[in-house]
Amino acid sequence: MSGNMNLTLKVWRQKSNKDKGNFEEFKVNDISPDMSFLEMFDVLNEQLISKGNEPIAFDHDCREGICGMCSMFINGRPHGPKEGITTCQLHMRSFADGDTIIVEPWRANAFPVIKDLVVDRSAFDRIVSAGGFVSVNTGNAQDGNAIPISKNDADIAFAAAACIGCGACVAACKNASAMLFVSAKINQLAHLPQGQPERMQRARAMVHQMDKEGFGACTNTGACSAECPKEISLVNIAAMNCEFVKANVVDSHE
Amino acid sequence: MGAFSFLINSSIGKKIIMGITGIFLVVFLAVHCFVNSLIFVNDGGELFNKAAEFMAHNILIRTMEIFLFLGLIIHALQGMNLTFKNMNARKVKYYKFNGNANSKWYSRSMGLLGTLLALFLILHLKHFWYVSRLTEEITSGEDTLFGEMKEVFANPIVVAAYIIGVISLTYHLLHGFQSAFQSLGLNHRKYTPFIKSLGFWYSIIISVLFAAMPLAVHFGWIK
Repeated sequence: MSGNMNLTLKVWRQKSNKDKGNFEEFKVNDISPDMSFLEMFDVLNEQLISKGNEPIAFDHDCREGICGMCSMFINGRPHGPKEGITTCQLHMRSFADGDTIIVEPWRANAFPVIKDLVVDRSAFDRIVSAGGFVSVNTGNAQDGNAIPISKNDADIAFAAAACIGCGACVAACKNASAMLFVSAKINQLAHLPQGQPERMQRARAMVHQMDKEGFGACTNTGACSAECPKEISLVNIAAMNCEFVKANVVDSHE
Repeated sequence: MGAFSFLINSSIGKKIIMGITGIFLVVFLAVHCFVNSLIFVNDGGELFNKAAEFMAHNILIRTMEIFLFLGLIIHALQGMNLTFKNMNARKVKYYKFNGNANSKWYSRSMGLLGTLLALFLILHLKHFWYVSRLTEEITSGEDTLFGEMKEVFANPIVVAAYIIGVISLTYHLLHGFQSAFQSLGLNHRKYTPFIKSLGFWYSIIISVLFAAMPLAVHFGWIK
């Protein structure tokens, strides 16, 4: 078909966490510009399977930008060259015919590679289990407006809750810092009444777990927010810093 | 672990220390720049020498000097500690990393800029602080600080080194000024745009004035 693209891909291959890994080059032909980046990978994997080769392992699930599974560091940026989208929402029309595209896994000590482009993001799960929950029984879903929450607080909580935990913030940060993720999770609950009882312990526990996982510290470059598919704001990090100081200075719990 | 040591040993506590000492150094730089700018009065350094004399003997200023060195040392050591820790958080590097797409180069180079500043400071302290505080040269009336300036800046290599130091300072401040407020948790759409533009103009004005000093003395624009 006319308008279709021929591309060269340099993809990171690594058999397991123990393996050293290396780049492998592939040619894919006749790619429709309307395909998503993941669909292009499906085509490539079909090719590999039909030749009896091992397909490339990559994370994906919902393919509509809300699950946070797809990763891939494409041409030096998490989720590729566009802002505010995940890899499944990236279309091949963002590239030109004849391009060479470099695809790497997220790189961070706290995100070890499992296989090829798949990394272990369970560090995020452990941070959330450390404090990103409420332990009051909230019962069934409330009727709308049954609990009065100001519009401002509801908006802030909602914007923070948009975080899908994909890890692009860590991948983009030169320090592999997880502060945007952790701050979104802390801030989302800090602005809702259900989050108040454990508010202070939460900030302490989640930051402590974050440091234990081996993420770097924040130097406010803003790369995380710029690359975040949900455009989580840096204001969350500032708010987390406040929460954390309050939790250590004002809070009487040990 | 007590709450306080937990706070200062955490990644957030460490950057808060960077922010507090950073703002303290920003305030110092404003005073330093103001006093030194007195050479531009162009009265043969008379007013500047008087100010320098005051700074060298006022007990309050001398006490602040101790805190200044403390702040500087903490800022430098903590910065070094954080830079190495952060570099180690990603042991396997990217083959291709397009940082310019999402952040400014100088915001990613604070460790490098800080190192250049530290090297510059060794030179700078040797030229002026050492001579005015630890030798008798100026207190004895044998020479003035303005005279010392003329002597030091006669050498074009020294002038070039100072310009490199000032350029490092410019970029360090361009990121550092507004970053300090973010670290301290002060980010709000009401005042953050003001902090950002204040930081920008502060960095530019301070740097232009500081760069003009060695140039003006070297080329004899001020006598």
